[in-house]
Amino acid sequence: MGERERRPLDEDRKEKKRMSTNTIAVAMSGGVDSSVVAALLRAEGHPLIGLTMQLWNQRRLAGREGMPETVTGRCCSLDDVYDARRVAETIGIPYYVVNHEERFEKEVVRPFVEEYLSGRTPIPCSLCNNHLKFDQLLVVSRQIGAHKVATGHYARVEFDEISSRWLLKRPVDQAKDQTYFLFGLTQEQLSHTLFPLGGMTKLEVRELARQFGLVIAEKPDSQEICFVPGGDYKAFIDAYLVEQGDALPDTAGDLVTTDGKVVGEHAGIHNFTVGQRKGLGVATGSPLYVIQIKGDARQVVVGEDKDLYSRTLLTHRNNLISVETLDRPMRVLVKIRHRHAGAMAMIESSGAGAIRVTFDEPQRAVTPGQAAVFYDGDVVVGGGWIA
Amino acid sequence: MHRVYLDNSATTPLFPEVLEAMRPYFIDRFGNASSIHHHGQETRAAVEAARESVAALIGCRASEVVFTSGGTESDNLGIFGVLRPGDHLITSTVEHHAVLNAAKHLEASGCEVTYIRVDGRGMVDPEHARQALRPNTKLISLMMANNETGVLQPIAEIAMIAADADVYLHTDAVQAAGKLPLRVSEVACDLLTISGHKIHGPQGTGALYVRKGVTVEPMIYGGRHERSRRAGTENVPGIVGLGRAAALAQAGFERGEAKRLGELRDRLEQGILASVEAAHINGLGAPRLPNITNISFDGIEAESLVIALDLKGLAVSTGAACSSGAIEPSHVLLAMGLRSEQAKASIRFSLGKQNTKEDVDFALSLVPETVARLRQLSPLWGKESVVR
Repeated sequence: MGERERRPLDEDRKEKKRMSTNTIAVAMSGGVDSSVVAALLRAEGHPLIGLTMQLWNQRRLAGREGMPETVTGRCCSLDDVYDARRVAETIGIPYYVVNHEERFEKEVVRPFVEEYLSGRTPIPCSLCNNHLKFDQLLVVSRQIGAHKVATGHYARVEFDEISSRWLLKRPVDQAKDQTYFLFGLTQEQLSHTLFPLGGMTKLEVRELARQFGLVIAEKPDSQEICFVPGGDYKAFIDAYLVEQGDALPDTAGDLVTTDGKVVGEHAGIHNFTVGQRKGLGVATGSPLYVIQIKGDARQVVVGEDKDLYSRTLLTHRNNLISVETLDRPMRVLVKIRHRHAGAMAMIESSGAGAIRVTFDEPQRAVTPGQAAVFYDGDVVVGGGWIA
Repeated sequence: MHRVYLDNSATTPLFPEVLEAMRPYFIDRFGNASSIHHHGQETRAAVEAARESVAALIGCRASEVVFTSGGTESDNLGIFGVLRPGDHLITSTVEHHAVLNAAKHLEASGCEVTYIRVDGRGMVDPEHARQALRPNTKLISLMMANNETGVLQPIAEIAMIAADADVYLHTDAVQAAGKLPLRVSEVACDLLTISGHKIHGPQGTGALYVRKGVTVEPMIYGGRHERSRRAGTENVPGIVGLGRAAALAQAGFERGEAKRLGELRDRLEQGILASVEAAHINGLGAPRLPNITNISFDGIEAESLVIALDLKGLAVSTGAACSSGAIEPSHVLLAMGLRSEQAKASIRFSLGKQNTKEDVDFALSLVPETVARLRQLSPLWGKESVVR
C-alpha cells in the first residue's frame, strides 16, 4: 500500500526538515481563543499539530450528591473535544487528544481539595499551567517533533537581549490579562511558549474567528474552574472525597473573634474563604467577615471589615521571571488575586526562600493559598504563593 | 507523505475485488431480497451466495450464518440471544468491549457473570473455567484471539469443558478469521463471531454462526429476515462484500498467507528488539496470531509514540481509546499483570495482507529513532532505573 502516494524522497526529506525546525503544537480547548491561535498560525504558514488535553472525566462525579446530573459544554467535555477537532479539520492540521487525567488529578485536583481542607483558597488554574499545560504538554509536544507550544492565553512573551531573559508581559487587552495565572512559568518553559493573542483584544479575536469561518466563533467564554461543574466547589469536594472512599475529614470547629472569644460553631473550615461575609451563622450588630482560617485549630476567626486589612504578607514557592534573584528590595505592583487591581509595594527576600511583601497601603483580604504576582509596569517580575 | 498502515486489527483496507463485487448492488441490482419479483430474486441469490462463502470460511452450514452489522452486534446477539435473567455467564477479563460491556449490562439486569483471569502471557487456564461452572451456567464466551496482543485462548479445551457441562460456547473470532483454520466443527463452539472489515471486507458487516439447534432470541424485531434471528432489510452490498472477503480470506489462507504474515511479524519483532533497548513483547510464550505484536517500550508514553509515528507516516495504535480519542491504559495488558506505566508504554503493530517487507522495513527505520527521541525528552526515562 502507499505506492501511489509515494513521492520523491528529497521532497519527503524537505518536508521532514521543515516539520522539525518550525513545527508548533497548539493547545486547543475547543474555545474561541485557542481556535483562533491555530487558524492564525496556520495562515502564517507554520507546520502545526493540534493537541487537546484530556484532563478530567466530567462524567466521573456527575449525579453524585450536590453535583449536576449531566454536564455539557465544559472543558474536557466531549463537546469541546468535538469542537477542537472540527476546527483542526477546518484549517487542515493534524489533531490529537492526549490523556493527562492521572497527572491532572495528582497535580491539580488533589491539591485543590487538600488546600481547602487546610483552610486555604487554592488557584487550580496556576497549578494546571505549571504542571500540565507548560510542562507535560510541552514534553509531549517536543517528543512528537514540535519546538514550541502556542496557547490562547492573553499574555505576551518576549526575549530581552539586555538581561538575556525571557519576559512574561501583560497583554494589550488588559481586561483579559491572564498573566496572574502564568507567574510560575520557568525560563525554559517561556522559551518554548507562544502567546499569539497577546497583542489583540478579545473583540478582535472573535472577529477573526468569524473571518476564519470557525464553527466556534460565537461560543461563550468559559469562566469557572473547569472541573467544578456549576461552580459549587463545596459539593465537588464532598463528592470527590466520597468517590475516593475518604470520609470528609471533620474540620468543624469554633468561630472566634480576633481576641479569641468563641462566638459560634462552624461545620468545616473548607466552607470559608478570607473576606467572606455570608453564611457565618452569627448575628451581631455590625457585619462580620472571615478574617483568618486557622487550619490546625479548626478555627475561623471573624471580625469587622477593618480587621481584614494587612500591610505585609509572605510568599513561598516563588518563581522569578524578569530577574534571576531578588538581591535587594524592589518596588513593584502586587496583585493578590486575579481580579485585584494591584497595589504598590516593596518586595524583598526574607530567608528560607520566602519573599516579604510590604504594601504602601494596607490591602483587604490577603488570602493564604492565592498567589501574589509582582509587576514592573507590563513586565511580570515573578510571584509566589501566599503563606 | 509516504504512509504505511500497520493497524490492521483496527480495520483493514477494502480489497478492490471486494468493491467490484459490491458495486452492482449499489446501482443496478437494487432489489429488496425479500421481494418475490426478478429484482428480489437477483439480490436474494447474491445474499445466499455470500452466506455460502462465509459458511465455507468457518466450515458450517449456510443456514447457520446470521448476517449482522458487525462484530459488536454478533457478540451482543450471541450473548443476549441465549442468556435470561438468573443465568450465569463465564467470560474472561481480556475480552473485547463488545463482550465485556455486554456482560456488565447483563450483571445489571439479573444475570451472574464470572470473569476468569489470565496469566502473564494473557491466556486463561481452562481449569479456571471448569471451576467457575455453576448449576445455572448457560454460556461461556471466550475470544479465540485477543485483539490487542494476538494471544490465542485454549478454545478447544474450553469447548470440551462446555460440552461436558452442557453449556453453550460463544467465541469472538473477529481477529482470528482468515488467520487461523476456523472449522466450527473442530472448534466445537455453538456461536462464533466474525467481522467483515477485519478481513478486507466492508465496515458495518459481520456474521454470527449459530449452530443448528441453538435458539437465539433476536435483539431486533421486525420481519422474518435471517430466519427470524435478525430483522431488517438486508444490507445487500455489504453482505456481498463480506461474502467476497470471506472467499478471499479462505483462498489466502490456503495459499499460506498466515505463514507470510508470521514471517513479516517476526522480522518486525526481531528488528525492534535488536535496535531498541528495554523493549518487551507482550504475550511472548503464548500461541499468538501471526499478524499482531504488542510491544512495551520502557520509559515512554505510547500516546506520544503513536502521534510521533503518525506524523512520520506510520499508523500504529495502542489497545484502547476512550470516547474523546484519548488513550487509556489497556485492560488487557493490566489483566496480564503489567503495571499501569508499562501498559501505557505499549504499542500494537498489526499486519494485513497488503503489507510487504518494505512496509516492515519502513517501520524499522522509524521506530528506534522515535523511541530514542521520546526517551531523551521523557521525565520517566533514565532518572531512575526502570525495573521490569
